[in-house]
Amino acid sequence: MNAPRTGTRDIEAGVAPLPERAPAPTPPSSDPRHAMPAGRFRLPLSGYAICLAGICWREGLRFLNQRGRFLSALVRPLVWLFIFAAGFRSVLGVSIIPPYETYVLYEVYVTPGLVAMIQLFNGLQSSLSMVYDREVGAMRILLVSPYPRWFLLVSKLVAGICVSLLQVYAFLLVAWFWDVELPPIGYLTVLPALMLSGLMLGAMGLLLSSVFRQMENFASVMNFVIFPMFFASSALYPLWRVQESSLVLWWICTLNPFSYAVELIRFALYGQFNPLATAVVAGCALVFLGAAIFAYDPSAGVMARRGGPDNAR
Amino acid sequence: MTESPTAPLPDARLPAREPALAVTDVTHSFGSRKALDRVSLTVPAASFTALLGPNGAGKTTLFSLVTRLYDNRSGTIRVLGYDVRRQAAAALSRLGVVFQARTLDLELTVQQNLLYHATLHGMGFAAGRRRAGEVLEQAGLAERARDKVRTLSGGQMRRVEIARALIHRPRLLLLDEPTVGLDIASRAALLAQVRALVAEEGIGVLWATHIIEEILPDDRVVVLHRGRVRAEGRAGEISAGAGTLAAAFLALVGEDAEVPA
Repeated sequence: MNAPRTGTRDIEAGVAPLPERAPAPTPPSSDPRHAMPAGRFRLPLSGYAICLAGICWREGLRFLNQRGRFLSALVRPLVWLFIFAAGFRSVLGVSIIPPYETYVLYEVYVTPGLVAMIQLFNGLQSSLSMVYDREVGAMRILLVSPYPRWFLLVSKLVAGICVSLLQVYAFLLVAWFWDVELPPIGYLTVLPALMLSGLMLGAMGLLLSSVFRQMENFASVMNFVIFPMFFASSALYPLWRVQESSLVLWWICTLNPFSYAVELIRFALYGQFNPLATAVVAGCALVFLGAAIFAYDPSAGVMARRGGPDNAR
Repeated sequence: MTESPTAPLPDARLPAREPALAVTDVTHSFGSRKALDRVSLTVPAASFTALLGPNGAGKTTLFSLVTRLYDNRSGTIRVLGYDVRRQAAAALSRLGVVFQARTLDLELTVQQNLLYHATLHGMGFAAGRRRAGEVLEQAGLAERARDKVRTLSGGQMRRVEIARALIHRPRLLLLDEPTVGLDIASRAALLAQVRALVAEEGIGVLWATHIIEEILPDDRVVVLHRGRVRAEGRAGEISAGAGTLAAAFLALVGEDAEVPA
């Protein structure tokens, strides 16, 4: 233990002195990459676009290579639509509430909720992959990119949203054959709504991924996040019906951000704009995103305190 | 080294005195546990420096700090003179890493993996594809470019990871126990690939390991144990008193450490 430090450091000193001088190297001014002082090293703007495109491209490739993931993402809401909704069709009557102008079948009522569920699963699944990525190190490959960390995380979210859009439109197509026909304009107007709700749910997943350490926790994510959020919302039944049976539950549903994602999508599917839902979803998206960026921040975040993936045992 | 035929690389024109990596007085703790205690070490440009230490010595923490997974709170870490904390983008764009864990997408092809990494460094798809071809050629894996990574052997995956780490022409290459789980032939091939990079391209390499046979007498060695640097210098000099490097290492880390193979 107390072995003296070998004197080789002194010998080495002649070879590799520690830089005592100014931190920035003073390279030839002819080199454009070094023309500016080192402190103002800037990444080209085009690089940001390339970086974003690359992250989305990889996510798309991974998605196409995982047929099982696509199928299960599609089958899950279809099971709800084909079986659950068909069975409850006669039990649950839905009166005329905005945005609907006539009585609607239960299948039609439940469709926006199922769209939101696809996004909820997708957002948390990419959080699962983030936890998994962190364990196998792919997340670390992402984070050694010289681009700012917030940009990398947002790019990752955008990539996840793109994947969720594919899933949602595939679902809407099948639903269309199942006679859940929406006004044609709805297929277009729902796009910005899906991006916003996808951002909120993805950012929530990202935040959870920084909190959960291990993969097996995804089972608890299902139990404690996905199911409560989905059931205690306006996805399966209108809130006035909930209010009739339990006021406490109604309050929970009203405070659940997922309800607003569902309503945002529901109104958008009928070409309408719901300001309250939009505001709540946008607000939650910002809060979740800010917290996730903070959690992944190299100096303030949880990783610095906990020691990052490899020490988090 | 700076005037070598590889001079078109912008960084090759930097003064030769600028070390590839200079860690000065870095202390880092998690809670009450000190993972690194006043660690200073240097990886000169165009050098092969082995970071030798038993498990739990603090190698992974050091790598996490240099790659800025999280920030160092005290001391400085400079890559080619750029402070990792203050000039992160400049430092990270000159840094290539091979992590201990496998980090390739198994379902994607070799080329797709490399291309993804190129875009992460802001290299466009066309340029990335060209550069991927070059680094794969160097690694002797050009004919596997279109194969899925899953079909590669462990040694080949490692070589792809090294090729990937080189795609943005870094001047410092970090490898965290890259030979773990490889057979002797693949280990030798990997070492040869990395030593060639040092000799031909002047890249500074920090090679973390606990396998003493991988170190040649002329290599620089940093012995890390329990978060402290116990020795730094040429392998031949460190082993001079004790006879062999293994014996010297054992003396440095104390009898409680397990003898490396």
